[in-house]
Amino acid sequence: MGMTMVQKIMARCSGRPQVTVGEIVSCRVDWAVEFDLPFARSHNRPVPLKVWDPSRIALIFDHLVPAPTIVMADGLKVARDFAKAQGIKHFYPEGRHGICHQVIAEMGFALPGGLLACGDSHTSASGAFNCAARGLGAMEMLYILCKGETWFEVCPTIRYVLEGKMPEGVYPRDVIHHVAGVYGEHINQNVEYAGPGLKHLDIAARQTIATMSTELSAEFATFEFDEQTESYLKGRAKEPYSPVYSDKDARFVDVRTIHLDQIEPQIVMPHFVPHNVRAVTEVAGLKIDQAFIGSCANGRIEDLRIAAQILKGRSVHSDCRLIITPASTQVAIHAAREGLIEIFLEAGAVFTNSTCGACNGGHMGLIGAGERCLTSSTRNFRGRMGSKDAEILMASPATVAASAIMGAVTDARTLF
Amino acid sequence: MTMRGRVWKFGDNINTDLIMPNVAYEYPPQEQPKFVFSANRPGWSAEVKKGDVLIGGSNFGTGSSRPAAKQLLGLGLAALVAESINGLFLRNCVNYGLPAFSCPGVSALFDEGDTAVIDYVEQAIANEKDNRTLSGSRLPPSLVKLTLSGGIVPLLRQEGFIQ
Repeated sequence: MGMTMVQKIMARCSGRPQVTVGEIVSCRVDWAVEFDLPFARSHNRPVPLKVWDPSRIALIFDHLVPAPTIVMADGLKVARDFAKAQGIKHFYPEGRHGICHQVIAEMGFALPGGLLACGDSHTSASGAFNCAARGLGAMEMLYILCKGETWFEVCPTIRYVLEGKMPEGVYPRDVIHHVAGVYGEHINQNVEYAGPGLKHLDIAARQTIATMSTELSAEFATFEFDEQTESYLKGRAKEPYSPVYSDKDARFVDVRTIHLDQIEPQIVMPHFVPHNVRAVTEVAGLKIDQAFIGSCANGRIEDLRIAAQILKGRSVHSDCRLIITPASTQVAIHAAREGLIEIFLEAGAVFTNSTCGACNGGHMGLIGAGERCLTSSTRNFRGRMGSKDAEILMASPATVAASAIMGAVTDARTLF
Repeated sequence: MTMRGRVWKFGDNINTDLIMPNVAYEYPPQEQPKFVFSANRPGWSAEVKKGDVLIGGSNFGTGSSRPAAKQLLGLGLAALVAESINGLFLRNCVNYGLPAFSCPGVSALFDEGDTAVIDYVEQAIANEKDNRTLSGSRLPPSLVKLTLSGGIVPLLRQEGFIQ
């Protein structure tokens, strides 16, 4: 029987000709990427005395940059000492930092046909590159850092076939919100994205959709490889790679067609994602106190360009604040070169250093009791971005920028 | 291995940030469990007794990679059985040593305060008052063994990778 993309990667990494749904397989990983947070004493995680292969491990600072508290500053020191003691080859501390999933992409660790291990839950982001990647947790990463291998269950797969092209004013974020609204959670299921519509989705779009697939509770989320993937990786790929394709006779639990041309801007309502999505037109007018653009979902240069286009010559509403956090230092450099930062600052937005920041309620943009935030970041759980008595709604960077100007949820298409 | 414990019931979409709010990171590990469900059920963490059992709805543990499973262990919970469990959360349960499995229909089997009898090796759960029993999805024996031996830390310590 044919295999899916992820099955082929698992077969290669477990040294087997075939893997079938329901099996548990032990896989060697190609790359292991660790981030800062698990080194904080809050995790109480032992530091490895020896690692599997320091040349195949990357350590990227993201959640805690620059350190917001003493606890976290101490944790960053533990991480630095670990990198030095073990001779970790690929180390991205303050100044070279960024949200790990974005740095993984920029530095060419996520490769077609590869298996990338990372503890953070949004590791599915790297699926944009035809790479098998999923969140594993800090404790499992400890095991992988030591041994270079882990286990996976071979899960059934849902294939999303993308058709057509998004209309003007509709963005990749709206596409994945649409999927969450219609199909809900995908527990114990892999998802793959394919179809003729892919040619209208650039790499950043795929990263948004792959990242947010974690919020569907999906296992692996993997995109088909094409010339856009190849072109992005030219000059970046850390090593030669071989893309994988699902076989014609691979078995899928379901094949679902998404007509990109029929999607409207979508809002995820508080405090959960599956089946909790509305059209922006239904929510328009709802007052907001904070707007946030950033995170591994939507903090890339493509997102900042859209925000700048809307904010140029306009001002953030006096009853609202807008915080913009680039996904990496590289994104910040591009934003500076293109004059976007000036547009943001002139509009009255706060432009921060690259970090996970407000997305996980760590620092730089928490929300207080009774406040409402509209965000392009990854999660809207109660208490996620600060007070448990706040509300979080999620939307595309365009919707967030337009809403910051109006001080209320706004359909960005009305401002073009 | 059979466990017997008082049941606490929770609904759908219980996420990691409810189990372990971000504020808990600023506290020493032994104090973190008191923040469990402080947003959705304030005061609950003080009522939990060692050996109690958590019965969850669908999509339990959706969200972050944070050590949320460890917080449930820290409260003394003996096991988690839910309609469905997020894959990353289930990995964390195994890796920290919290017996957990998904079992469709389990919510209807119990009222809060009932006593659950759980066979973790067989992934079966019964309500003591009426003996109604359900079977969950099977974890492979290797992962059951890893969970019952306390997860990753004892394993790596034994092999000399950590102190």
